[in-house]
Amino acid sequence: MTDTQVPTTSAPARSYPDYSRPLWQRWLLTREFAVIGALIVVAIVASATVQNFGTPVTLGFLLLDVTPILMIALPMTFVIVTGEIDLSVASTLGLSSVLLGVLTKAGMPFEFAMVVCLVVGLVCGAVNGFLVTVVGLPSLAVTIGTLALFRGIAVGLLGTTAITDFPFFWQNLAQQRFGTSGIPVIMVLVAVLVIVFAVLLHATPYGRGLFALGLSSDTAAFSGVNVARTKFIAFLLTGLISALAGIYWTLRYGSARGDNAVGLELSVIAAVLLGGVSIFGGKGAMHGVIAGVLLIGVLQSALRLANVSSDAINIITGVLLIVSVLSPRILAWARGSRARRRRSQP
Amino acid sequence: MTTPTLTPEKVPNAGVRIARTFVRARETGILLAILVVIAVTTAINPTFLFSGDGWRDLLLTPSILALVAIGQAIVIITRNVDLSVGSVVGLTAYLTGRLFADIPGIPIIAVFVIGALAGAVLGLVNGALVAFGKVPALVITLGTLYAYRGIDVLWAGSNRINASDMPDAFLGLGTGSFLSIPYLTILAVLVMLIAGWFLRNRRGGRELYAIGSDPAAAELYGLKVTRRILTAFVLSGATAGLAGVLFVARYGTVSSQTGTGLELQAVGAAVIGGVAIFGGSGSVYGAVLGAVLLLTINRALPILGIQDFWQQAVVGVLIIGAIVLDRVLSLRLSRRLVAEREVTA
Repeated sequence: MTDTQVPTTSAPARSYPDYSRPLWQRWLLTREFAVIGALIVVAIVASATVQNFGTPVTLGFLLLDVTPILMIALPMTFVIVTGEIDLSVASTLGLSSVLLGVLTKAGMPFEFAMVVCLVVGLVCGAVNGFLVTVVGLPSLAVTIGTLALFRGIAVGLLGTTAITDFPFFWQNLAQQRFGTSGIPVIMVLVAVLVIVFAVLLHATPYGRGLFALGLSSDTAAFSGVNVARTKFIAFLLTGLISALAGIYWTLRYGSARGDNAVGLELSVIAAVLLGGVSIFGGKGAMHGVIAGVLLIGVLQSALRLANVSSDAINIITGVLLIVSVLSPRILAWARGSRARRRRSQP
Repeated sequence: MTTPTLTPEKVPNAGVRIARTFVRARETGILLAILVVIAVTTAINPTFLFSGDGWRDLLLTPSILALVAIGQAIVIITRNVDLSVGSVVGLTAYLTGRLFADIPGIPIIAVFVIGALAGAVLGLVNGALVAFGKVPALVITLGTLYAYRGIDVLWAGSNRINASDMPDAFLGLGTGSFLSIPYLTILAVLVMLIAGWFLRNRRGGRELYAIGSDPAAAELYGLKVTRRILTAFVLSGATAGLAGVLFVARYGTVSSQTGTGLELQAVGAAVIGGVAIFGGSGSVYGAVLGAVLLLTINRALPILGIQDFWQQAVVGVLIIGAIVLDRVLSLRLSRRLVAEREVTA
């Protein structure tokens, strides 16, 4: 967690652009573009070497598979930018999925059941937000607790049974593609969400507040940011979108189960961090996060097509995550040693 | 950690002081909770405590989680966290199985040593990345959680090593007992006592608390922060490795999914036991009691007439309750300290 070392030894936490460089360098030589570059390279290599990777069918499944991670990664970025974390997202997803099943089975109109799920998602987010901002507890501990709590309620409600009876129209909608393009219809919703969250983060006072309080919540408070409310809203959004992802998950796989998406929180966080969001808070950008999610999605899809066991792909996810957080330090170290060498040769 | 030495009353005699320390210790509350759970459950179903199997399960079930929680507590005290322990348990458990399957007649003690060493090496990798990379442990160990599990899956594939591949003497260790106390429990208690003594009485242990309270101050003060953090992660890896060996002894079967999700249980146990997630306070005794409470409640619920599907929800309530309680206690303590300072000033 927060590794507050002595200032002299810590990495240059540069959160503003280096204006001595030309504009194109400031734009392209960023962490986010490194991830986007990696994504492009991996996609090209995969389509060239892996059979069937470049087809619309594969693309469609790839997008369907990453949709839940992509959705939840958006509000998760907000939470991590403020320097907090939310481990309970996959459990909120599971709870929403189970509720959708239970309510539909009990005879509630499906559309109404979806609304109830979203409201419950908001409540889950509010519980996290309340404990973190009002009671003042560390989010890591709180959300480990609610991870168990929300998952526990989901499993408690449904046990080991599954509910698989959902309206055909909605189930179909979750999997339908646009003609033969392979692009799922659900991508429209995802695109809208991406735009809304990107604008919120980068072009509104609320988004500036998120960055400000991630860098220093004291400074942010003195600058007029309502720290508690800003964080609370971030947790609310995480709960809401997780519940939405739960509805999607249920329809996509046609099954409401207590153990839906167990462990997904780690994939979401890995994708967000891979996309260049700093775990210390205060740093990150939406295009990096999207690229991070897609990079993991492309790797998984390509390796699965190449018959690599899907669990073994974990190694790559893990190593990518470690390399991505270590790389700025290694770069800084290399730059530092080059500067030292130059200084020693007069 | 509430200590009664702060009260400026007249000094009571040693016996009263010890009693007061015990009553006020954070760990006592957990112990009481465990006793209440056991008492209530036993009142409903006497075999929960008063039967050979009941007594044995009561002690045996928490042993493995307790070991992992000890290592986790040591890491959390330094203001870090080790999320990779579940994967370390899985990897060392499979290593244990392989050793027995591939090297017939390997001495059991050697397997224990190799398991703990392998865990320590995995912990060393975590520690080195965290300490030298100066990157948050949460991210690094999330990465190694994936990486170690991936190695496990690559290695094990869909293989499953079963009890028939293991010597009877080894499996006997997992279920046998000495004076009606299971061997695994004795081992876990031994590790707890050694770790507890190290943290409380040795310089290396005290410095872990100092680092967790304020890493920058610890560095300025001249403590060897890097080396201590490495030590903490190596210890966490070693206890997880040992737990992996015990897992095989206890359950007699290993697959590539062994130990999945154990990391959250271990962090949960430590937090329930009063180890502050931001470091600098708590004890391994608390973590072990937390593990015992967690798993005892799990086993008690069905007897209390609550479907065991609700176990996890109870665990969640427990974790949240514990951190809220710690918050209230620390607020009260700081208010009292402020009040005292104003009186003396």
